[in-house]
This record gives sequence, structure tokens and C-alpha cells, in this order.
Amino acid sequence: MKAVWSIIKKELLSYFTSPIAYIIIFTFLLLSGFFFYSLVSWFNSIAPQLAQNPYYYQQININQMVFSPLFNNLSIVLMLMLPLLSMRLFSEEKKMGTEELLFTSPLSITQIIVGKYLASLIVLFIMLFLSAIPTLFTFIYGNPETVPFLLGYLGLFLMGAAFLGLGIFWSSITENQIVSAVLTFGTLLLFWVLSWVSYSARGIWQGVLNYLSFFEHFDSLTRGIFDTTDLVYYLSFAFFGLFLTHSVIQSRRWR
Amino acid sequence: MIETQHLQKKYGDLIAVKDLSFKVETGEIWGLLGPNAAGKTTTMRILTGYLPASSGKASVAGYDVFEQAEEVKKEIGYLPENVPLYPEMTVEAYLGFVAEIKKVPKNRKKAAIDRVVETTGLSAVRKRLVKNISRGYRQRLGIAQALIHNPKVIILDEPTIGLDPAQIVEIRELIKSLRGEHTVLLSTHILAEVTQVCDGVVIINEGKLMAAGRLAELTSAYREKDGVYLRLKKADDEALNLFRQLPGVENAVREGEEIRLEWDRNLDRRDEVIKCCLEHQLGLIEMRSLALTIEELYLRIVSGGIEQ
Repeated sequence: MKAVWSIIKKELLSYFTSPIAYIIIFTFLLLSGFFFYSLVSWFNSIAPQLAQNPYYYQQININQMVFSPLFNNLSIVLMLMLPLLSMRLFSEEKKMGTEELLFTSPLSITQIIVGKYLASLIVLFIMLFLSAIPTLFTFIYGNPETVPFLLGYLGLFLMGAAFLGLGIFWSSITENQIVSAVLTFGTLLLFWVLSWVSYSARGIWQGVLNYLSFFEHFDSLTRGIFDTTDLVYYLSFAFFGLFLTHSVIQSRRWR
Repeated sequence: MIETQHLQKKYGDLIAVKDLSFKVETGEIWGLLGPNAAGKTTTMRILTGYLPASSGKASVAGYDVFEQAEEVKKEIGYLPENVPLYPEMTVEAYLGFVAEIKKVPKNRKKAAIDRVVETTGLSAVRKRLVKNISRGYRQRLGIAQALIHNPKVIILDEPTIGLDPAQIVEIRELIKSLRGEHTVLLSTHILAEVTQVCDGVVIINEGKLMAAGRLAELTSAYREKDGVYLRLKKADDEALNLFRQLPGVENAVREGEEIRLEWDRNLDRRDEVIKCCLEHQLGLIEMRSLALTIEELYLRIVSGGIEQ
């Protein structure tokens, strides 16, 4: 664990002594702030009108009208941003020749991968935590339900963890960070829209495609429904990414 | 301390290292010599556990490189060809990080950093960022990271490459100071370095072992002829003919300003040569023996017997 901690510290230092983490966090906060502001303004303008009508009055729900679309938007932003966070994890070491130092140290490949992955999770956590601060005002001036709100953030974090798991895998494939980011983004987008073809698929394939799609799993979390299938999906996605990374590094060295 | 037996490494169809066996004794400094693409870096990577061998055995500090990789990695300090530095760290932070991943106990970390900063002369740049220090300091930092956990075995891949002459001398002195306490294997292109620094050499070419042994043993084993270089005031063809007539002298040729004489290695014709010079008033300026230099040895071995 001490060894993993040294890797985490080193990775965080790399993130925060280069502009990359600041730029990613800044852009994410800018966009999340914009989405939040626009959703709240829209909600403010529409709510009094809806309140006139007794039928619609029942429907007014800040969780569904503000947070649910906000989380959906943020998940797209994460899909764009996180490949940029994960791209350097192994590619940079390979390019700089520093992987020779890492892999000739008494650390195991697993310790190195886990250290790097946890460091990227910490950056993700910081991003999400900071983006949550402005949304807390809705709790002061309104009464949103807390559990769906927290579940939404948990969903974003788990989804981000899955994205980073895939990103670290592509990063272990190439020494070029751009290639790593593009491949990560491409794969993520593909998984995102996988459910589109499920309508024309038959039998078991429809279920499989739906299950594999990011979109299907995130939708329920944003609506505040906690389903262990979703949890398992994201965790296994992340784990699979890490497992593939391990295999890639192992096989490259044993070839 | 370092031993390989029938080591072989294939990259697909390319055989980078072929049936390589050699041995380095504890506390000695050995050079790994060979032309580019001879398999030097591959050999070092196998020894450090970065690459696995396709077949054969290698052991470092008594541990098998393949079976007991973790123990081996703890005992080895390694400077790869490209110095593995993180530009955004300070020199001190970098050494601290390496100490941690090399499992230096926390209470000894500070002392370990102080020690290598001292021995490699990095005190002046200790607080600077790695990206802002000069090439010479980077190379020293590379050596410092290899020494940080006080390993028994140190493997240096071209430690003096890209340095200026003064820095080369400093690094050589540093490497020499490791003798006794550490066992060192270094690869280099600079043959003079081997004579100055190393106790023995392993010469490889195209992945195959060409020669291995202590310098003195090798140079005498590969020397076929004995002889001298002469510098004369009167070094004309007439003088050459005079030397050719001396009994036992097999070869007399002009090489630049010098004359080179050769005879069988069991004979010594120096007295006769001097006598001849005096008798014919050739104006002897200098005479030195034709010892086989490491350059000649290397060329003879690597290119398969150039008679120079």
C-alpha cells in the first residue's frame, strides 16, 4: 500500500505541476456552471407558469427538471474530458523512458496500475466535488430531494471511474498521448450509443447491447433510482479496463 | 555477482542476444562492449528484469532474474540509456520518489538522498526542477537514482554519453569510486573508458559473445606479434630496409611518422633495434612497445581479425 501511495503522490504531482489538471478542472467547472445556471433559469421562468395549472403543479420537481438534465449533460462533458486525464498515465512514461525506472523497481505491475488509476480517480473526485458546490444553493432556496441528488453524483463518479479504466488501457497501448485520447473517446462514444442499434437487434442481442450501453445505465441513476446492476456494470467496466492494462503491460514485456 | 548462462533473446525472428554466458565477480567493474545493435542494452534489460529472456539463465546477487525478480530488483541500481527523469519534479523530490519505489525505509530516506547528492555532486541543483538542469547534471542524477538504495549491483547503460570531456572525467571518477563496495556492469562505446575504469570486459557482436575476461588476460591472449613503434630523425626507405634485414624482424612498415616493427611474441629484438639505430646514426627519438591496445583488441574481435 505504501508503494501504491508513492505512485499516487507522484501522479498527482504530475497532474498539478503541469497545466493539464487545472485546464480540465477549469473547463469542467465552466461548463457545469453554465449548464446549472441555464437549467435553473429555465426552471425559474417556467415554474410559475406551471404552478397556474393544478395538473402541472404536481409535476414540478427540481430533481427531475434541473438535476436530471444537469447530470446527463455532465456525463457527456466527462466523456469529452476524461480521455484527456487518462491519456498521459502510461503513454507519457513510455515516451519519456521512465517506464524503465518503474518496471525495474521492486513494485508489481498491479501496484503501478492501481496507483496511477487511483490518482486519476482523485482528480475526478476533485472535479465533481467542486462542481457540486454551486448546486448546493438549490438546497438553501429550494427543497430538492437529497438522495437522488447524491445518487446522481455517485453515478457520475462511477461512470467517470469506468471511463478512466478504459482510458488507462488505451494509454498503455501507445506512447502517443493524442492517440490514446482519441481511442478512448472513440470507444466511449461507441459504448454510449450502443443502445441505438438494439432496437433493430433480435432476441438476446437486444438485451446484451442495452446492457453494454453507458446511456442505459446512467439514465436510471440520474432519475434517482439505484440499481445494483448499474453499480456492477460500472465497476466491472473499470475493472475490465485495469485488467486489460495489466495484460498489455505483462504481454509486452514477455513478448 | 552477475552471471548469465546461455542467455537468448528473440524479438520475433530477430535474435538480439544469442547464447550469451559471462560472469562478473563481486566488487569489480566490467565493461560491456560492442558495436551499435550488438545486444548490449537488451542484455542489460534482461539483467534488470525489464525484459524477460527467451531462454537461458541469469542471476544477480545470487538471485535468479526470472524466478526471484523482486529480490533482484531490490539489489540492482540501473541507469537506462535514456535517463528516466520526471522533468516537473525537483531533484530532491525525484530522488525521494525513487527511494520510495526502491523500498528505502522511510527513516533512512533523507540520509539516502543526502548521501547520493553528496557522492554525485548534485548539491548545487538540489532544489531545482529537473527540466531546468543541464545535461551533465541530468546524467549525474541518473546515476544518483541508481545508487539511492545502495544496491549491490549497478548497471549503467552508456553513463558518459553526451557529456563534455570534463564531465566524462568526473563521471569516470565517480564510477571508479564504486569499486569494491558495488559490482558494476557498464556499457560504452568509448574504449579508453574501459581501460581507465574497468577490470574486465565482455565484448559482444550481433548478440554473440566474442570475448570475455580481464583486460590484461585478453590483450595478451589476442596478441600474436610483439614489436615496437620507432620515431626516427631519419626515417627513410633505407632505414626500413636496414630493419628488415635484422634477424627475427618479420615486418617493418611506416605508419605516419612512426615505423612499426614486429617480431614473434617469444622473441625480444629491442636491443638489436637500438644497436642498429646507433650504428647507422638514424637519430632515435622515441621507442615504445607495441602493446595491444583495447582499440586494436576490440577491432580485431568485432570485425574478425583486422591486422592492425
